[in-house]
Amino acid sequence: MELYNAVTFFKVSKYFGDVAAVDEIDLEIKPGEFFSLLGPSGSGKTTSLRMIAGFDQPTRGNIYLFGRDVSHLPPYERPVNTVFQDYALFPHMNVGENIAYGLMIKRVPKKEQTERVQKMLALVQLEGMEKRKPSQLSGGQRQRVALARALINNPKVLLLDEPLGALDLKLRQQMQVELKALQQRLGITFIFVTHDQEEALTMSDRIAVFSQGRIQQIGTPAEMYENPANEFVAGFVGTSNLLRGELAERLVGEKGTFAIRPEKIQLKPADASATENETAVDGVLKDVVYLGLYTRYLVELEGGLDLVVIRQNLNASSMSELKRKSERVRLIWNQEHVHRLGS
Amino acid sequence: MLQKASTYLYQHPKVSLALLLGPPLGYMLVVYFGSLLALLVNSFYRLDTFTGLIVREFTLSTYAKLFQKANFDIIVRTVSMAAAVTLTDAIFAFPLAYYMAKRASKKTKSFLFLGVMLPLWSSYLVRVYAWKLILAKEGIVSWFIRLFGLQGALDQLLALPGIGGSSLALSPIGVFLVFCYIWMPYMILPINAALERVPRNFEEASADLGANALLTFAKITLPLALPGVIAGSIFTFSLTLGDFIVPLSLGNSKFFIGQAVYSHQGTSGNIPLAAAFTMAPVLIMVIYLLVARKLGAFDAL
Repeated sequence: MELYNAVTFFKVSKYFGDVAAVDEIDLEIKPGEFFSLLGPSGSGKTTSLRMIAGFDQPTRGNIYLFGRDVSHLPPYERPVNTVFQDYALFPHMNVGENIAYGLMIKRVPKKEQTERVQKMLALVQLEGMEKRKPSQLSGGQRQRVALARALINNPKVLLLDEPLGALDLKLRQQMQVELKALQQRLGITFIFVTHDQEEALTMSDRIAVFSQGRIQQIGTPAEMYENPANEFVAGFVGTSNLLRGELAERLVGEKGTFAIRPEKIQLKPADASATENETAVDGVLKDVVYLGLYTRYLVELEGGLDLVVIRQNLNASSMSELKRKSERVRLIWNQEHVHRLGS
Repeated sequence: MLQKASTYLYQHPKVSLALLLGPPLGYMLVVYFGSLLALLVNSFYRLDTFTGLIVREFTLSTYAKLFQKANFDIIVRTVSMAAAVTLTDAIFAFPLAYYMAKRASKKTKSFLFLGVMLPLWSSYLVRVYAWKLILAKEGIVSWFIRLFGLQGALDQLLALPGIGGSSLALSPIGVFLVFCYIWMPYMILPINAALERVPRNFEEASADLGANALLTFAKITLPLALPGVIAGSIFTFSLTLGDFIVPLSLGNSKFFIGQAVYSHQGTSGNIPLAAAFTMAPVLIMVIYLLVARKLGAFDAL
C-alpha cells in the first residue's frame, strides 16, 4: 500500500484569458489505477492531463505526484510520460532512435540503450522494426512506438491523450484490450483521456466525467452507468431516458428528475399486466430502427414524451419488428431501475 | 465549346499536364538554362588581348586567370563576405522566425510579417543609399557612437586592416552590415516556413521525455528546421555572391565578384573572363548543396 496518491489535484483551476478551462477541481488517483478522464471536447479533460504532464501550469491550486508538489515543475522534471494523440514521433529519427530518445537524453550507455530498446520492441510486438522511419509505419504501429517511447523511461504514471482516436474500430478495440493487459502487467498508473464513453467503460478502474471544466462524477464504470449523479452523466455515459415534472410524479410518485436506461424497459403488448413493484405506461411505437445487435424503439407516451427502448435481437426474424411501427404498446419496468438525479 | 475542351482534357490527362507545364518549362529551358549554357560556353573561350576580339576556341586559359592573385583575392573576399553574412543572418533570423512561428499571437504575427516584408516594397537602391547616409561620418550611427563616447572604439575598429576604412560607409564593415540587413527577410521567411511545419507537440514530446529547452532545440527543433535554414542560406549566400551594388556604393576600391563581372563584360569587353567569374559562385553553390545533403540537411523534407 503506497502512502501517497499517484496524482492529487487540490482546487486546481486553469484559465486561458477569462475562460476557465478547468474550474477548481479536486481529484485523487491511486497508484496502479487505470483512470479515465471522460468528457466532450472542451470539457477540461485534456487540459487536466497537460497540467499533470507539465505542458500547462495551473492558474490556481496544486498538483501533487506521489505527495510532491509539481504544480510549476517543467515536464522534464516529472516522473511521468505521455502518449500523444497524434503520437508526435520525431520524423527525422528511426523507430529505434525514437524509442531510445529518453535514454539518450539521460546519457544512458549505448549498450544499455540498445538492450532496453529491444525489450520495448518485444513488449509492443515490433521486433525488427527499429530501422524503419515513422512515415513507413501504419497507424497502429506508430501508436505502439509512441507507447514504447514513453514506457522505456519507467514512468510512475503514464498519460495517454486519446491515443486510440486515429485508429479504425477493429484496431481500436484490439488496442483497448492490449493497453489494459499492459497496464495490469506493468502495474503503473495509467491516466487515459477519451471522449468515447464505451472506451472508458471498457478499460477503466475508475472514471472521472468532465463537463465545462468541472468533474461531474467520479466512480467505477458500473457505478457511473448504474447510478449517474446528474443529467449530464446520465446522458453522456450511455443513453438515458429522463423523466421529469408531472410525468415523473405520475410514474415514480415523487417530484424530481429521474433516469432509466433503455435496456431496462420491457416492451410488451398493450394488454400486458405489471407486477406490484413494476411501473407500466402506455404508448405508441413512433419509430423502429434495426441495428444488428439490437433494435431501437422510440415510444411516444401520452403527453408527448418519447422514451427509447432497446431490445436485443434474439431471433433470426428480428427484421420483422420494423413492421410494428404505429402499434400500441405497453412499457413496463422494475422500479429499482429508476434513479433520481442530482441537479 | 468550353465544356468539350474541358471533357477532352479530363479524358487526356497527359495533354492537360503538357499544357500546364509547357510554358514554365519552356521558359526555364530557353531563358534560364539557355543563358546558363551560354555563360558556360563563353567561359571556355578567351579574349585576344592584342586585337580585343573573343577567340571562339575551347581553352581553359580563362579559368586559369581566375587563379591569378588579383582575381583569386576577389573570389576569396566575396566568399568570405557571403559566408559571414549568411551566418550572421541565420543567427539573427532564427529567434525571430521561431517567435513568429511558435509563440506570437495571430495579431503580432501578421504585424511581424508586415515588418519583415515591408522593406521589400521599397527599391533596393533606395535602401542601399539610405544606409550610406546612416553609416556616413556625419550620419546617425556616428552621432550615437559619439553620444555614448565610443568614438575611440569605432576608430580602432575602422583602423583594423582588411575590414576597416575611412568611415563605416566606406569600409567592408559597412558592406557587411548592409548585406546583413538587405538579405535578412530571405533568411527569416524560409526558416519561419520550416518551423511552421514542425508541430508544437514535438517540443512537448521532447520535454516530456526528459530534455530541457536547450537539448530540445539541439535534437528536435534545429534538425527539423534545418531545410529552412539551408534554403535561407542559399538565398543570402548566392545573393551576396552576385551583388555589385552594395560594395560599389559602400565599399572601398576592392572588388567583389559582382563588380568584377560587371567591369569585365562592360568596359573591358572580356566576356569570357566575366563568364568564368560567374561560374565560380555556381560551382560554390553546387558544392555547398552537396555537402548539405551529405550532412542530412534534407532528411526531414
